[in-house]
Amino acid sequence: MSSVTDPARTATGGRRSLADRTSATPEQLHEWLRQMLLIREFEVRTMQAYQDKKIGGFCHIYIGQEAVAVGCTAAVRHADPIVTAYRDHGHALARGMHPKYCMAEMFGRIGGCAKGKGGSMHMFDKPNNLFGGHGIVGAQTPLGAGLAFAKKYQDEVIDGGTNEHVTLCFLGDGALNQGAFYEAMNLASLFDVPVIFVVENNGYSMGTSIERGTSMANRIIAKGEGCGLRGYEIEGMDVIDVYEAMKDVADTARAESRPAMVDLKTYRFKGHSMSDPRKYRTRDEEEQWESDDPITRLRDAMYDGGLLDEAAFKALAKEQKLIVRESIAWAEASPEPPIEELHTDVYVERFGPYLGTSMPQIVTDAEENR
Amino acid sequence: MSERVIEFRDALREAMTQEMHRDPRVYLLGEEVAQYDGAYKVSRGMLEEFGPRRIIDTPISESGFAGMAIGSAMLGLRPIVEFMSWSFSLVAADPILNNAPKMLYMSGGQFGCPIVFRGNDGAGGQLGSTHSWCVEGLFSNVPGLKMAIPAFPDDAKGLLATAIQDDDPVFMLESERLLAMKGHVPEGDHYVPFGKAVIRRPGTDVTLVSFGRPVHFCLEAAEELAKEGISCEVIDGRTIRPLDIDTIVESVRRTNSCVVVDQSWSFGSPGSEIAAQVHAHCFDDLDNHVMRVHSADVPTPYASNLEQEYLPNARRIAEAVRSSLYVA
Repeated sequence: MSSVTDPARTATGGRRSLADRTSATPEQLHEWLRQMLLIREFEVRTMQAYQDKKIGGFCHIYIGQEAVAVGCTAAVRHADPIVTAYRDHGHALARGMHPKYCMAEMFGRIGGCAKGKGGSMHMFDKPNNLFGGHGIVGAQTPLGAGLAFAKKYQDEVIDGGTNEHVTLCFLGDGALNQGAFYEAMNLASLFDVPVIFVVENNGYSMGTSIERGTSMANRIIAKGEGCGLRGYEIEGMDVIDVYEAMKDVADTARAESRPAMVDLKTYRFKGHSMSDPRKYRTRDEEEQWESDDPITRLRDAMYDGGLLDEAAFKALAKEQKLIVRESIAWAEASPEPPIEELHTDVYVERFGPYLGTSMPQIVTDAEENR
Repeated sequence: MSERVIEFRDALREAMTQEMHRDPRVYLLGEEVAQYDGAYKVSRGMLEEFGPRRIIDTPISESGFAGMAIGSAMLGLRPIVEFMSWSFSLVAADPILNNAPKMLYMSGGQFGCPIVFRGNDGAGGQLGSTHSWCVEGLFSNVPGLKMAIPAFPDDAKGLLATAIQDDDPVFMLESERLLAMKGHVPEGDHYVPFGKAVIRRPGTDVTLVSFGRPVHFCLEAAEELAKEGISCEVIDGRTIRPLDIDTIVESVRRTNSCVVVDQSWSFGSPGSEIAAQVHAHCFDDLDNHVMRVHSADVPTPYASNLEQEYLPNARRIAEAVRSSLYVA
């Protein structure tokens, strides 16, 4: 069980070289930087669109936590299922969802990943093995165990081989206090299913600090250890650290076919949701974390390693701005769902007032491009 | 009609084993389903037949294992989740109501949930209030799920087999009081389509509509009322979602009188829904308003005499029929 140190720095406080820190290729590093810039830009525009009332309902912003979704996703294979909670835009984009489907979903348009029926909290992407986006705190944790169970069942019982998959199940530290999570950990342990419960520990469940809501807040992996799960504590503001640590976690879970629990320490730079005035924390605290921005950290590391210069960084950032701008335009041009959509996807079967089901554009586009 | 006579519980097991042989994606999980042979012996012998990878004992952890099964269904497995009692499903309300029936809709058609939840529903016999839930009153309110309630062994097999092959989530409500009931059950493939009610006893004076165990109370009442010269038509609805309102309406248009018998509480129930639909469809055909016989609007009592009075029993049904027909 590792402790929380800063792997980016040497014992004397100096910066470690990139080559010492990671086996990732320059292309991988560029891709992570691109993904984090995309998520950041996407979320900035999401906040604007929300304020412009183009997005309704509840909306939770991922800014500050980018290294978690990007680093964890990079540490597993594309065929490995991912499921998460309602702060899900970052996971969707990191998993490869085009931002146009994500934005159109929030705009309530037919081009959205769920045809405009799910909204901000319910991002689903079948071609990219993303199983939601779930709105009830902790509800996705038994589902995560089930996804891992199903992959193992398919690999071993149906195909007669050995399990080749792990499942990433993200949850916030607020979900630590839901019964469903304990049931999910216990079952995953009993049934030896390789699901990795990644606690995105941003220190607050809505406005309640982890110390106020969670016992053993200084060592939450003890909760997983109580169910026999390997526990890991990982510093979550540096994508390289997240990737390197999560790769070991995933490789071990895959090899042992065992569940794990990860305490990934991070911080949301914005409020819980768009309506949060953040009176429960100080501006000093926020500024301290904001000075540790995951994008800046990777950028600077790549500067130091000679993999990036300022011009290239600006070009990459500009490219993401353009993609998001085009995605917003695409989403705005996408029509509202036709009224018949009210009665589709209730049942697979067509009967009575129910009109059967059909796949959203995110799936049909992927099939055409295959 | 098949010559073979088996118990209701054996019919349920036959549906499960038949479908598990047909489709390797089907598996059974729940409390005591494997080594204990099932708390009510519905899954007796299935562990030996299919092994522990497909017949899976769970701890007492309904929210966890129901949610886990739903996750596996999103990836294409076809789990059968046994609740020892539907009363215990209440601690799994979030997965079974918020996830299973809504996943297809919230994902815009990407992830369906082909899953069967099954177990004992309704008063089992002096089990007291917490163990006697009739969940049809609560759960039939939710779109996206289907609900089947067999009253006879052949339907137990046929409805469950259909449920397992169905691509949508199915809530299969069985009655502990019927598990030992014997009846003719076809061997081999036997599927009962959803949304098709059946007339258990033809009659001319009044239409009785019911589901599951109370169908037998209706038949008992009809027998008694026949002695008084009252001819009851008894309809076994078999599924609540989808509801075969057509068969009910056709009958009421002939009898001009309708009594709905539903073992859930009256307020916001399948019984009140059916009464509303019959009123809408048969407004000009009815000689009286639709009458309803439910469980009494109280927590289920323990004392035997109180529990008998609580249930929508034959005496209360007969009283409702006489009242409906203006027989003093």
